[in-house]
Amino acid sequence: MLVSEFERLSGAACLTGAYDDREIACGYTCDLLSHVMGRGQADMAWITVQTHMNVIAVAALMDFACVIIPEGLPVEAAILAKAKEEGIILFSSGQTAYALSALLAQNGVLSARKG
Amino acid sequence: MKLYCDLHIHSCLSPCGDALMTPNNIAGMAYIKQLDVIAVCDHNTARNLPAVQAAADRLGVLLLPGMELTTREEAHMLCYFRDVRTCLAFGEAIYAHLPAIPNREAYFGRQQVMNAQDEEIDVEERLLISALDLSFESCAARIHEAGGLCVPAHINRGANGALQALGFLPQNVHYDALEIALSAPMPAVALPRCPLLVSSDAHDLENMLERTFFIEARERSVEAVFEAISGRC
Repeated sequence: MLVSEFERLSGAACLTGAYDDREIACGYTCDLLSHVMGRGQADMAWITVQTHMNVIAVAALMDFACVIIPEGLPVEAAILAKAKEEGIILFSSGQTAYALSALLAQNGVLSARKG
Repeated sequence: MKLYCDLHIHSCLSPCGDALMTPNNIAGMAYIKQLDVIAVCDHNTARNLPAVQAAADRLGVLLLPGMELTTREEAHMLCYFRDVRTCLAFGEAIYAHLPAIPNREAYFGRQQVMNAQDEEIDVEERLLISALDLSFESCAARIHEAGGLCVPAHINRGANGALQALGFLPQNVHYDALEIALSAPMPAVALPRCPLLVSSDAHDLENMLERTFFIEARERSVEAVFEAISGRC
């Protein structure tokens, strides 16, 4: 699945503007950042309710395909700016993490291997 | 001089604090254990500190007033203040950011506010362990604005330690000290240059520290403890 397909299917809003489309290799839903650092992998779509600056650092470090913030949780301007600077594709969705995970899975995105 | 201390103790006001963690019991145990300084840091509240101060004063135990905040990211962060009044005011300001989720006494226990005679004078209805609607950085900034010290709690232990919740310690935050839990592996990462504190995080009387951890301070006073912890002697 491409990031753009996720955007179309989910109706999520891309908070970081235009992006170079890329493949989502797998998905992962978790809010403990150390856990994600240990188990995430490149090209992963990561769903998390955490909106801390460290989310962007972890996503950049591991070259995730995109980060998806569920339930319309607010994201501070400084974090958006950092995401843009790091080239992280950041989505906001009104759906829950559960529903978003299901949507990814139903469209063929598998779980991250180490998760 | 060496000040033996336990700077992270919960009273019966914390939902997880044992009912026997009354102000006088805590001060009495600290006295028996010959601790020079204690800090009672309940979750997101300071309301038992006036009674703890009275009990500690009576026994000649020095109290460092504090609280343990739960940041939005569910990281625990200790804050210390020079006096109970300032800590209480800070606690009242923080309360506005605590979600109005009622405590379930059967599960978490009764959140008791006590007077200096260990009598219950109020019961906190709102669950105190919940995460504040304030980010890690915002909590640190507010602590410093109020003249307090910011010490992330048990950074290497559990989901509420900053290292697990946030993966690594956020940069651009001034840490006066860091609390390390002995019950978990030491952090494998390089830490900022600041004092490291070891405390009990006791929720029961028997788990308060013995005279095992000390800080080096010029005298036994809150101000000297402040200087020692902030490393700005």
